[in-house]
Amino acid sequence: MQTSPVLVARDVRVSFGGVPALDGLDLVAAPGRITALLGPNGAGKTTFIRCCTGLVAPEAGSIDLFGSPPGSATARARVGLMPQSTGAWSGITPGHLLRYLARLYADPQPVAELVSRLGIGPFENTPYRRLSGGQQQAVNLAGALVGRPGLVFLDEPTAGLDVRAKRNTWALVSEVRAAGVAIVLTTHDMHEAATLADEVNIVDRGAVTAKGTVAELTRDVDLEEVFLANTTGDRA
Amino acid sequence: MSLDLSPTGSAAPRTQQVLAHARTEALLIARNGEQALLALVIPIAILLGGRFFGDRLDLPFASTAPSVLALAIWSSCFTSLAIATGFERRYNVLERLSATPLGKTGILLGKALGIAAITTGQVVVLAGVALLLGWRPDPDPAHLLVALLCAVLGMAASAGLALSLAGTARPEVTLAVANLVYLVGMAAGIMLPVARYPSWLQPLIQALPTGALGEGLRSGTPLSILVLAVWCIAGLALSRKVFSWTS
Repeated sequence: MQTSPVLVARDVRVSFGGVPALDGLDLVAAPGRITALLGPNGAGKTTFIRCCTGLVAPEAGSIDLFGSPPGSATARARVGLMPQSTGAWSGITPGHLLRYLARLYADPQPVAELVSRLGIGPFENTPYRRLSGGQQQAVNLAGALVGRPGLVFLDEPTAGLDVRAKRNTWALVSEVRAAGVAIVLTTHDMHEAATLADEVNIVDRGAVTAKGTVAELTRDVDLEEVFLANTTGDRA
Repeated sequence: MSLDLSPTGSAAPRTQQVLAHARTEALLIARNGEQALLALVIPIAILLGGRFFGDRLDLPFASTAPSVLALAIWSSCFTSLAIATGFERRYNVLERLSATPLGKTGILLGKALGIAAITTGQVVVLAGVALLLGWRPDPDPAHLLVALLCAVLGMAASAGLALSLAGTARPEVTLAVANLVYLVGMAAGIMLPVARYPSWLQPLIQALPTGALGEGLRSGTPLSILVLAVWCIAGLALSRKVFSWTS
């Protein structure tokens, strides 16, 4: 299994209307590891993902994905993205969406098996707008995995899910890690970060203010205390 | 059931990607009831009205039929495209797809192909209905060539304006403005010939994309090609400058 980093971000800076959104953020993600970005709303987590997918151009710093810049053909072929919310046409059915996404890749996951594994079958032909939040999240996760990515961005993948759906998602994310995929997980759920992450990066006001394994960060106090000590509150 | 999740990601051939996107966009637009109303129901109603009552309004059917084809282009390539794209931004569809092998260029290519396919189908159906109702288009090859060029340029110009609107405004605003502009455009040259306006207003109507498209299809006015080419360049350049992929 490849172990060298597939994502290296150095001193990434972005501002909107003069307000810094990313203020020198550094991050490295390696295959077979879950790298969590844990931070309050407005900390810059989603902006960082948008930089990595080429939607936002950093004003300074560098981002390297599989040796290529964000948005390049090489990066796009090997990256999977689960957006924070929706991410699909309101009238499309999950089956149609996943078959369409599969057509964008040379060697996609078999859609029927993916649908079965994520429990999408019962609502495969229901328009996306009529799905529950949990069902939409399942479809979004399937969409992120259908192209057999080497790096997956999961932007708050379990926000709004009930406990059972959350556990199912965590189990699948762990399988994806075990298969050698690098995962960047954004969350503000301490328990999720503690359960899944190999490395936690606490982000506040666009920069990493603390990082390490959960064991390293919680040597003296629990993760919530570490989070509070290293963040300044929501900006959203 | 276990999946092989090992990372082997690679992109499909470019043509396959773009065609997959075009097909999906076209199917979603075709299945949308409101879009069908704009695309076929209203134009066919106008064709029927023009055929049986147009003379009373001094609008001969020979003029109404090409006007309706211009309306089809205007409704699909401006109104429908603007509304669909506005909601794609809202629902993070563009954000998700720009991270796939399709990328931004592929999205635009697929979108253009999809809307062109829808519009072509619409024009074929409406032209067929018009022919059944007795329309006999001018067989002059020069007129036909001008009309064809105007149709293609009108589609691109309308699309550029649609993307400029959808790429900057909130989708609710896009929805309202696109429908309002659709109605204004109908009056400003699409359905109503330029000659029906006061002489002082005619140059302005002729200089609008709607006026140039309508006149190009009705009268084969060569000036329309130039006007639409300018709108085409301006619209696409503006959309490239202002379009935001996220809402």
